[in-house]
Amino acid sequence: MQMKYAGILGMGFYVPEKVLTNYDLEKMVETSHDWIVERTGIKERHIAAPEQATSGQALIAARKALEDAGIEAEQLDCIIVATETPDTKFPSTACVLQDLLGAKAAAAFDLSAGCSGFVYSLSVANSMITSGLYKHILIVGAETLSRIMNWKDRNTCVLFGDGAGAAVVGEVPEGYGILSVEMGADGSGGKFLQMPAGGSRKPASHETVDNNEHYIFMDGSEVFKFAVKIMASASKKVMDKAGISIEEVDLIIPHQANTRIISASAKRLHVPEEKVFVNVDRYGNTSAASVPIALCEARQQGLVKKDGKIVLVGFGAGLTWAAVAMKWWSK
Amino acid sequence: MTTFEKVRDITVEQLSVDADEVKMESTFIDDLGADSLDIVELIMAFEEEFNVEIPDEVAEKIRTVKDAVELLDKEK
Repeated sequence: MQMKYAGILGMGFYVPEKVLTNYDLEKMVETSHDWIVERTGIKERHIAAPEQATSGQALIAARKALEDAGIEAEQLDCIIVATETPDTKFPSTACVLQDLLGAKAAAAFDLSAGCSGFVYSLSVANSMITSGLYKHILIVGAETLSRIMNWKDRNTCVLFGDGAGAAVVGEVPEGYGILSVEMGADGSGGKFLQMPAGGSRKPASHETVDNNEHYIFMDGSEVFKFAVKIMASASKKVMDKAGISIEEVDLIIPHQANTRIISASAKRLHVPEEKVFVNVDRYGNTSAASVPIALCEARQQGLVKKDGKIVLVGFGAGLTWAAVAMKWWSK
Repeated sequence: MTTFEKVRDITVEQLSVDADEVKMESTFIDDLGADSLDIVELIMAFEEEFNVEIPDEVAEKIRTVKDAVELLDKEK
């Protein structure tokens, strides 16, 4: 018998001011607006200012989430930042954020699970709240992917964008909040989506820089196949665990990678497209930030209301996947 | 159902084309209007229908309906 339930008490997101459209990209690489839209659904993405790092974006989203939740930074017990583009390898961006927020009582760590990072973090926070370990946890998905883009590679540079989304997780009344969790990984597919150099395997050298190994490498068709299958199967599993049917779900909020992945998965789930939230057209793929940004916008648009049942599903580098079924709580 | 008929039905479903447009000699990209991601989805649908695994390097060589039918007949 579950004694405590964890849910989202408040949320916020931030995207940098600068917008990069497909027409801008046409001037940088051999591509076209129509080609990009047809294959990805992306029309524009936001790009961080030169002085902005991941913690700076995370800070703005975090402050909004704290305000929305009515919680002071000092009340936070833990901060988890899901990112593949931390300010530095170490210390963690969560520690940088802890200092910027003045969240002196909070433990802090980064979580690396690619584009599934925010949903992984939510699952970890859920366990920490329901076990009684902590009361208030700040989870943030934040990325400055523009810094690891090869701006000469038309296959990848059109896909990604920068941004941050944050949520305060805490206890909610019985039967609300997170109903079930489904997480997984397939390390054998790690090679399909990675940054090859810059770690202990291949430390930075003149050679790794010359070979463009500090950028995102992606095997598009392998990742596409994986994403289509896993988005459908992880969503299905998490609904089964929660004992809810696809008809009962009000909204599915998937990782915003590509509209083609989303519609192919929706078809497999036999779910009408209006039940699947999409905003990749305006932000591109913001990796760990995409699910919280999408959830914030869905709530702003009135699509996520008290008692509503939603599914969040992420998939990405690792390869990893994670899904959470929730019954939305608000006061 | 023959392999061709199965391939035809999957192609009709995935690419939203008419069944009589799908002939043995039709090319997926030029004749049937598929793009690279449609091809990936088609391959996935073939893999599921025929319960086979089609590696990328083999998939890349499939240009026509005939290529797909011959490959799937061989794999059976």
